[in-house]
Order: sequence, then C-alpha cells, then structure tokens
Amino acid sequence: MEEPNLNYINELAGDDNDFRAVLIGVIKNELPAEINEYQDNLAAQNFNAAADNVHKLKHKISVMGMEQSYYLAEKFENNLKERSTQLQAEFGQLLMAMQGFAASL
Amino acid sequence: MNCIIIDDEAMARAIITQMISKDPELKLAQEFSNAIPAIKFLNQDSAGTDLIFLDIHMPDFTGFDFIQTIKNPPAVILITSDKNFATDAFEYDCIVDYIVKPITEDRFLRAIRKAKAHRVPEPAGAATASVAAVPAPAAAPVPQDQPKDTATEFYVNIDRRLIKIEIASINVVEAKGDYIHIKTEQKNYIVHSTLKKIEEKLPDTLFLKVHRTYIINTKKIIDIEDNSVLIGKDVIPVSRANRPELIKRLNML
Repeated sequence: MEEPNLNYINELAGDDNDFRAVLIGVIKNELPAEINEYQDNLAAQNFNAAADNVHKLKHKISVMGMEQSYYLAEKFENNLKERSTQLQAEFGQLLMAMQGFAASL
Repeated sequence: MNCIIIDDEAMARAIITQMISKDPELKLAQEFSNAIPAIKFLNQDSAGTDLIFLDIHMPDFTGFDFIQTIKNPPAVILITSDKNFATDAFEYDCIVDYIVKPITEDRFLRAIRKAKAHRVPEPAGAATASVAAVPAPAAAPVPQDQPKDTATEFYVNIDRRLIKIEIASINVVEAKGDYIHIKTEQKNYIVHSTLKKIEEKLPDTLFLKVHRTYIINTKKIIDIEDNSVLIGKDVIPVSRANRPELIKRLNML
C-alpha cells in the first residue's frame, strides 16, 4: 500500500511554515471527525451518506500524496452508491494508514 | 475582485484562502462551509461579489443548486473532487473554470486568469448578484378557492420569478432557518418561507410532517428503519411522536 506523505503540502507551502502548520492542523482536526462519521454511517448502513463521506475523504487522500489510493476510494464510493461494501476492507486499511500518519505529524 | 469561498471542507477553504492571499487583485470577503448562509450573504452584499470559489458536492445543496438559485451570478470557479460534472458545467455561462482537487498553484492561477478575462465592466447602476431570498410569500398562488388536496402544483417566488413546482414531484421539504429547502425529483430550491406555510399548500393525503424540520412525500419512501425514512438519497429523521401516524399511513402486508 502507498504510504501517506507530505509531498503535496510541502510543495504547496514552500517556505511558508505557518501555512504548512495550518494545513497539518486541519488534517489533524478534520480527518478523525470525517472518519468517525463515515464509520457511523457505514455501521448504520446509510450507504449514500457513507459514499458522501468517502467522497470528502478523497481530497485528504490526495493531499496526503496517495494517488493510487485515490482511485481505490473512488471505486469504493461508487460501490457504496450501489449499496455494495466491496473494497471496504482495503479502504479501512487506507484510513488506518492515514490516521497513523496524521497522529505522527 | 471580491471573492467568497463555499466548500464544506476546511482543508479546501484553507488552501484556496492562501492562494487568494497571494494575488493583490483578489480580496476574500467571506468563506462558507455550506451554501445557505452564502445565499444570505450575497443577498445583503453591498460591496458586490465578483468571484465565487464553489464546491459541487456538499450536503443538502449542491454547487449547481446554488448557481440555479442566484440571478445574475458572478464568475464561478468550481473546485471539486468529482470529475464527472465537467459537461454539466458547460451549461452555465457564469462558470469560468472547473478545477479537480487537489488544487495546484499553477492550476489556480490559470483559473484566476480566466475569471479576470470573464469580468465585464458593469454599466453604472447595474445590479450585482441578487439572490432567491425574496421576502415575499413563498408558496403563493394556489388559487384561494382550490382545496389543497386537489391542487397539483404551486408557485414559489424566487428572485421575482414565479417558478412552478409540481406537488407530486416533491420528495422532501426541510426547514433551514429562515428558509425552506424543497427537494424534488429533478431540482432543489431554497425559498424564503416557513414549513408551516408550505404545509398549508401540500395535500395531507400525500405529505406528512415527520419531524420538527421535515415534511415528506409518503409516496416517495423507499424504506423505514427505526426513527428514520429513506427518500431518494436522503435519510430523514422521524420523531417519536410522529412515527405512529407514519406507520398508520402505510399499506402494510
């Protein structure tokens, strides 16, 4: 699996350490809430709401520099819209990797 | 150029804000995490908004719903994680560019150049963007002598236009502060009105208030689970007090 990284954030922020800190702060604040909401909706079988959550998480995936994982999320989002949970396990692993990375920042 | 950002994601707003700050010609007036307060802002916006950075995929009200609600919209740059709406974007003259997240600086600058080129000097006294927040009766002209159970449509007053809504096409009406959000099979509308007023226009045989802030079309229910119903893509809460009436309406096997 791809490793989350700060390549995009570093490129975007350049020498602006304050802006880098803002972006990292947003990841640390926003990511756990988005993941919790996704897990709650999935547990309640609110598939369309869970698909919306995955849609929103796609941006975090790309901000964390994981291009291939973005496509996995896109496929999983489409599966959820069809009320299928195929790729749930793979997506769960991706979220764990992102959470671990965000916690380490 | 005065700008606003409408995006439910804080990360996107932070990035766009930073990019705006690098261009001295751009001034960020306000940022919003959903479209409804942005509509209110535009309605009271005396300085005039020239450019909107708009997400498409937001809860309740999409970027396209938002554009359809505004009369004479300013330039709009769509910023989205969804590649599938590019064709739809061509339907709107106000949309000057369509950026797929994640945003890069080069791509942002290109979009800004298009927005500046799109800007046409307005004649003196011309109105800026005005919005569908007309404080007039929202669900107006069902003729007074027509019983609500026989009416098939009503009109809503959106920015001085009377727009016909087929009653049977309504899925859900949701109260949102001073506005109601009417979701139909095809389109969504934000109207300055109250749930009580629209309830008076909707036939009791089809519609039921299931929650303090929701009226649903009972014919559009897909399934019911505990304290919620699924209608289209929306999960609507059902309050405990209204659940018995809802169950009574169902044609149970």
